[in-house]
Amino acid sequence: MDWLSLLPPLLYGAEVTAWITLASTAGGAILAFAAGIGSTARFAGWRWLAGLYVQIFRGTSLLVQLFWLYFALPIIGIRLSPEVAGVLALSLNIGAYGAEVVRGSLNSVDAGQYEAATALNFTPIQTLWRILMPQALIEMMPPFGNLAIQNLKDSALVSLISLADLAFAADNLRNRTLETLPILILTLLLYFAMALVLMAAMRLLERYLRGVSGREATR
Amino acid sequence: MLFGFHWDLSSPEAFALSILPILLIGMKITILATIFGFLIAMALGLVFALLRGVPLRAVSWPIAFIVEFVRDTPLLIQLYFLYYILPDYGITLPALETGIITLGIQYSAYTSEVYRAGLEAVPRGQREAARALNLGAWRTYRDVIVPQAIPRIVPALANYLISIIKDTPILSAITVLEMLGAAKIVGDRTFRYMLPLTLVGVLFLILTAVAATAVRYLEKKLPRAGIALK
Repeated sequence: MDWLSLLPPLLYGAEVTAWITLASTAGGAILAFAAGIGSTARFAGWRWLAGLYVQIFRGTSLLVQLFWLYFALPIIGIRLSPEVAGVLALSLNIGAYGAEVVRGSLNSVDAGQYEAATALNFTPIQTLWRILMPQALIEMMPPFGNLAIQNLKDSALVSLISLADLAFAADNLRNRTLETLPILILTLLLYFAMALVLMAAMRLLERYLRGVSGREATR
Repeated sequence: MLFGFHWDLSSPEAFALSILPILLIGMKITILATIFGFLIAMALGLVFALLRGVPLRAVSWPIAFIVEFVRDTPLLIQLYFLYYILPDYGITLPALETGIITLGIQYSAYTSEVYRAGLEAVPRGQREAARALNLGAWRTYRDVIVPQAIPRIVPALANYLISIIKDTPILSAITVLEMLGAAKIVGDRTFRYMLPLTLVGVLFLILTAVAATAVRYLEKKLPRAGIALK
């Protein structure tokens, strides 16, 4: 069997991987901002909630979270499809890491900026969106890029709850054809190619934000 | 029954208590895989970092590519790769050993960056001063650069130890019975997943919290000025 005939089934899987990665990176970004902003809130309840979320999802393993959502939740009547469980677990996991990035970047904005905003009678929301966030956003981009790559790699784990992504397609094809070496090399190359594309996309986003904010990210 | 322990399904408490020894045996594998995977990652990462610093491009470029490639591809696929390919070349290793080696290789890509960044963060003036004092390359590294780089390198390395802990459940994909693998089997056989999986989550929280505390303690103990190798 030649390598070209192995490619189509893998590409189908790669498409699923791409969707899962995009969906969970977007979901993770939302959770990251929610929890990251929550951890800087004045109300202790938000800080506590954000801290608990980050602690639980950074402190345990992604695969444990995935299995918990997929195998344990049905017992209390919540049955998730592999797609939903996969995207949810990946989002929750990467969101917890992202929350630390958001929190760190917000805290790294010079304290004088915050004081000036208070002196000018900005409301907390105005201070956040007009003063802190524009300065912090560019600082978040390099670590966010790393997290996006991590998320792409982590997405391979959804194959273990029978979601037909690239890793699943590779394992499936390997069982049927026994062409183990070419299949796994192609799979690694496909993941690597997707990582390069993702990196380029994050660079573009960073460059756009640099243009908008007129700032450089410190690396 | 697993690892010689029977489970007791009479009540949730009895069930939890009866599977705890099973999970703790799994935890032993988790810790074992973490420690040995980390040792390999530290050693191999240093090799990569040193080779990448070689002024010969025929050496440094391929190494840079390998490091990038390993870092940007999933652990799971690398695991399959070593587990299914090595036997074709006459190297048959047990699943746990294969898993440990894969963890070591994956994380060596990260640790090599830690070493590189740590060494590069030492101010240039230090190298220049060593040169002005007529120190050789070896003595410059041993007595000037490395001692100052250690306080930067150690905490970053230790953080990857915590990451490795959280990646060990992936080894269950190649039949290693670590904590999660054991809990999954208990669930498969009793149709009760909630308790074993939640217990595993709690045990992971404890493991990572202990490791994080140790890392913070280590960070505080490290002298900022550096550690002499003599």
